[in-house]
Amino acid sequence: MVVLSPDRQRIDWPGIAFAMLLSAAIILPLLVVGTWAFTEVWRYPAVVPQQFGLRFWNQTLSRSDVWGALTLSLQLSTVVTLLSALICLPAAYAFARLNFPGRNILFFSFLAGHAFPKFGLLIAIAAIFLQLNLIGTFWGVVLIQLVGTLMFMIWIPVATFQGVDRRMEEAARDAGAGPLRVFWSITLPQAGPTIVAALLLSFVGTFYETEGAWLIGAPGIRTMPVLMISFINNQMVIQYGAVLSVLLWVPSFIALMFARRVIGGSAFARGFGA
Amino acid sequence: MARLEITGVSKQFDTTTAVADFTLEVDNGELVCLLGPSGSGKSTLLRMVGGFERPTAGSIRIDGEEIIHLPPEKRPTGMVFQSHALWTHMNVFKNIAFGLRLRHLPRDEIRRRVEAVLELVGLTGYGSRLTHQLSGGQQQRVALARSLVLEPKILLLDEPFASLDQHLRERLREDVRDIQQRLGITTLFVTHGQDEALAMADRIVVMRDGRIEQVGPPSEVYRAPATPFVAGFIGQMNLLEGVVDTQVFACPGLAARIPIADGPATLAVRPEALGLSPARGQGMGVIHRAVDYGSHVMIDVELPDGYRVKSMMPQSEAWTAGRPVDFNVGTIVAYRDNALIYRGAQVEEQSRPAGRRVVRSNG
Repeated sequence: MVVLSPDRQRIDWPGIAFAMLLSAAIILPLLVVGTWAFTEVWRYPAVVPQQFGLRFWNQTLSRSDVWGALTLSLQLSTVVTLLSALICLPAAYAFARLNFPGRNILFFSFLAGHAFPKFGLLIAIAAIFLQLNLIGTFWGVVLIQLVGTLMFMIWIPVATFQGVDRRMEEAARDAGAGPLRVFWSITLPQAGPTIVAALLLSFVGTFYETEGAWLIGAPGIRTMPVLMISFINNQMVIQYGAVLSVLLWVPSFIALMFARRVIGGSAFARGFGA
Repeated sequence: MARLEITGVSKQFDTTTAVADFTLEVDNGELVCLLGPSGSGKSTLLRMVGGFERPTAGSIRIDGEEIIHLPPEKRPTGMVFQSHALWTHMNVFKNIAFGLRLRHLPRDEIRRRVEAVLELVGLTGYGSRLTHQLSGGQQQRVALARSLVLEPKILLLDEPFASLDQHLRERLREDVRDIQQRLGITTLFVTHGQDEALAMADRIVVMRDGRIEQVGPPSEVYRAPATPFVAGFIGQMNLLEGVVDTQVFACPGLAARIPIADGPATLAVRPEALGLSPARGQGMGVIHRAVDYGSHVMIDVELPDGYRVKSMMPQSEAWTAGRPVDFNVGTIVAYRDNALIYRGAQVEEQSRPAGRRVVRSNG
């Protein structure tokens, strides 16, 4: 006789192990850096710092170059994101909706920036920028960071625009709306949450971008990540780097909260064709 | 109220002809169904009237005015899509009011008209609902209201009930027909559902490969299908191929006397016109299967060459599998060279097995 046992909820051990591993890889370093930012004395072999305090926050935040770099990083990220939206969104709409000669090649050329080792590409671009007197300028850094945003700002909106039901657009035309009105009132609101997600990814990606900003911007342009690297390299006080690092988390944390509250996680997934 | 004239319209997609030299006139307040299988060009034709496809040739006029050069937003047409195509970021009220807002009507007027059309489609009080909170049938009603509120001269319905279940489809098609007749709006309706076409249309246009096979009232299309294709497409039909010799059509198991010239012919008999009676001798065929639908029994009868025909009979214990039966053929239609050559009752029933093979039946 077969004895049926009541259904027991199965425990997903591999899932739990994977989640713990991932958490350890991400949270542990963040926890250590976060602790260092509020630590004044932490000597080996103590597991917990001997003295907590805000001394390094005061020292870091009283420096004009930190505020300068923060302002510059925010300006750069905003300008790059807006420019990227201006260039990429119409292009993405064209890729999604129109059929024109060379469409596929052009589409992949937008993504070519991510097909090669980034640093090699940056060196080649830097050589061109040198001749154009763009090295060490704000707009030089804007241009180089634009390249980095192309993938998010083309690939995600293309998938989103393709996902908007064409019948909805046709129904709007049928109701009396011209093509521009259809785009504004139907296509954009339908694609809106995912496009906001792409803009956020662009903003955060630009804010953290280091190699391009350093190679093209130095010495005149010092963004927050570049400043953090120079702090870590030039001063043997680990807390300065930790404070700057925590400061750098702020925009991505705000962006993440915004994404969760306003657009929902599914918008990201939709942007990647899910 | 408006009159639609489609004259010599063709549509070519690369090397494929979707619609070929199509001509049709739809009168004021008439509901015409475009009926055909997938790929027959009916939706393409509707989209050309709506302005979503540009004809390769021909003319489309509404009340005598050429509209072929006009974009969709300038045409006096309203389209209801199969997928409803409701805007999910707007509630029901905003969906319906969208077109009125584009026309810059006063706010009070917009509210009045939206509420009136919601009442018309039986959705009073649903204005604040989001579209995903509605059932499929309600969504389709909103889509209909969105078109009707703009008072189009021509209403275009593109398989509007295709995504709904059978019960809802039947109820909604009656409602749509009632509304259409109450408003007297000229309507072009695309469907591949023969029941829908028969139940709703003033006239049916049967299409095949972008061309018209037959235009006529439902009763005519059903009772006197102009071609074997129409005969096979509308309703259930037994199509039998054989030869007429001295006014007797013959195929294995079945023969019928019909007054037409000698030669090959296709005989079409509806299941309800193919009566059965218990065999007096060996029988013309043997019952293969009988399905009881409650109101009637649909009986598959196997002919001597293995071919099966369908017969619709009242419920009886006589219809059991394996029993030999004879046929009592009622109204028949005969075709030659793809054209109708005879319609009526057979002159005299015969049972001699002879002639060509039965090659095809529909149903």
